[in-house]
Amino acid sequence: MSVATRSETRPALHRKAARRPARTRGEATVIAKITMAFVCTLWLLPTVGLLVTSFRTKDDANTSGWWTVLTDPASLARLTTDAYGEVIAQANLDEAFVNSFAIALPATFIPLLIAAFAAYAFAFMSFPGRNALFILIVSLLVVPNYVALVPVLQLYGDLRLTGTFPAAWLAHIGFGMSLAIYILRNYMATLPRSVLESARIDGASHFTTFWRVIMPMSVPALASFAIFQFLWVWNDLLVALVFVGPGENQPITVAVKALIGQQGQGWQLVTAGGLVSMVVPVLFFLSLQRFFVRGLTAGSVKG
Amino acid sequence: MLVKTINAILAVVAGVGGALLLFWVLNRLAELLPGRWEAWLKPYLYIGPAFLAICLYLIYPAIQTVNYSFANADSTAYVGVENYTSLLGSPGFRSTLVNTLLWIVIVPAATIGLGLGIAVLADRLKPRAEKLAKTAVFMPMAISAVGAGTIWRFVYAANPPGEPQIGLQNAIVTGLGMEPVNWLQISQFKFNSLELMVMLLWAQVGFAMVLLSAAIKSVPAETLEAARIDGAGEFHIFRKVIVPQIRGTIITVFVTVTIGVMKLFDIVYVMTNGDFDTNVIGVQFFNELFTNFHNGRAAAIVVMLMIAIVPIMIYQVRQFRAEEAGR
Repeated sequence: MSVATRSETRPALHRKAARRPARTRGEATVIAKITMAFVCTLWLLPTVGLLVTSFRTKDDANTSGWWTVLTDPASLARLTTDAYGEVIAQANLDEAFVNSFAIALPATFIPLLIAAFAAYAFAFMSFPGRNALFILIVSLLVVPNYVALVPVLQLYGDLRLTGTFPAAWLAHIGFGMSLAIYILRNYMATLPRSVLESARIDGASHFTTFWRVIMPMSVPALASFAIFQFLWVWNDLLVALVFVGPGENQPITVAVKALIGQQGQGWQLVTAGGLVSMVVPVLFFLSLQRFFVRGLTAGSVKG
Repeated sequence: MLVKTINAILAVVAGVGGALLLFWVLNRLAELLPGRWEAWLKPYLYIGPAFLAICLYLIYPAIQTVNYSFANADSTAYVGVENYTSLLGSPGFRSTLVNTLLWIVIVPAATIGLGLGIAVLADRLKPRAEKLAKTAVFMPMAISAVGAGTIWRFVYAANPPGEPQIGLQNAIVTGLGMEPVNWLQISQFKFNSLELMVMLLWAQVGFAMVLLSAAIKSVPAETLEAARIDGAGEFHIFRKVIVPQIRGTIITVFVTVTIGVMKLFDIVYVMTNGDFDTNVIGVQFFNELFTNFHNGRAAAIVVMLMIAIVPIMIYQVRQFRAEEAGR
């Protein structure tokens, strides 16, 4: 999970590159254009198939390939949004959709807040054990969350938490914490210390400095972790399956997984369900792509 | 539905508000203390909730998992190393290990290769086309494995011979006059595992491409021009000038992808549930736990996974230390 790590920067070279606009690209050869067109088609084709199928009738979807809409104009006229209505009614997808938000929003903001405080302490306060504790965080970055399933499930059983929203929130807080602290602390460490010192001289407490100075300055790192975590939680199947499970609080991934298991009801339902589950993360991703990319690349190719 | 939505909104507000309140209260409590105590205690209050979460969800469970791995199915009695020996002795688990190893060998390298190739080619397009092409390749990253499962079913689906095919690959195969193939059930040469790997590559090559592309763009133009003046060909420039300068990013992406593949669960779980000899560690762990209800063997699998991850852990820590020293 160590995404925003390692600095690629070579200060001396970089200053030179900044003075003159870099011209790294070679000529746009025909081969490059054709290859990229091919790659894009390859990447988009499966998703297009899903999109088309979700608007087909049950008979059409089960007896002919989605690409036949191009060759058989009659089937174009039969395209319908019925599958959406049907799958929403039948699999309670609307409730699962709301549940996904109810799980993903707190599971994004709470760890962000908790990690920001910890990152502030690691970056700007000195206390015994600081380095050792941070090394611990770094080493925990790679520990698989599988370790937690059995012991935490038993704990939840005793506390009657299984199947609730907080069960999922707490798990995602725990699993996302080390990466969040790591990203935020590394970003905060690059902020100019003079800003912090002048705030201290003005008599601001740590709490005020944190909220008024450091948090606003850390927006890029906060945004990139928030996007990452939201996508992760929304798309998560394992944690949802184990700690929330199928039932009234199930998120959309669990609901759609159940649909895949009952294919007898028709391909068009599965595809409509799949699309409903993808709408939020894909739109979210497309609209915030810029910040996401900036966040991902901030550490690795800073400059 | 309305009640459900209102409940959900209340839950969100309560959860986020509760976390805010916690820190406000903690800070207030610290400020009640005399100055020196306050300064001593405050850092620990700030990192406290974070460490509580980490202890509860990673450290305590990790210790408990090691403990359970030496116990029986419902963790009521110790059985020594029986879980390990029975796992390692079973052909099923050995095949799981082989599959996982195959994923580890193929996927990270293929991700880097494809990511680099696409990044270099996209770099040669006009800015608008470059942006569009990158979005197309990057977008699957936002799609869950469950979503990807619904998508790729229309690539791998197989109907009996003679019936119209609704899967893309079989449409091509039958179009060429051959019999349709049940792609995900062919385990010769691990073919079905390879088909599943294609799905993961589809999902994450964009991530590698974006990081590598940014790194390539930060390679100073002087070094490229110098090489061009020396008469080096484009491929030579790529190998001898660009790749060495973006080595750090390549390694970062490689490590990230490798860890992800070691923990792989959802793609295999959604597509085959590990059947037809496609099992990987994550799925076998899940099924030991929730199908066979064997805590002991499930825990033993996780312990072996953790041991395999230790070298990467050490590497990460070393890397971090080196970076800090350079700050």
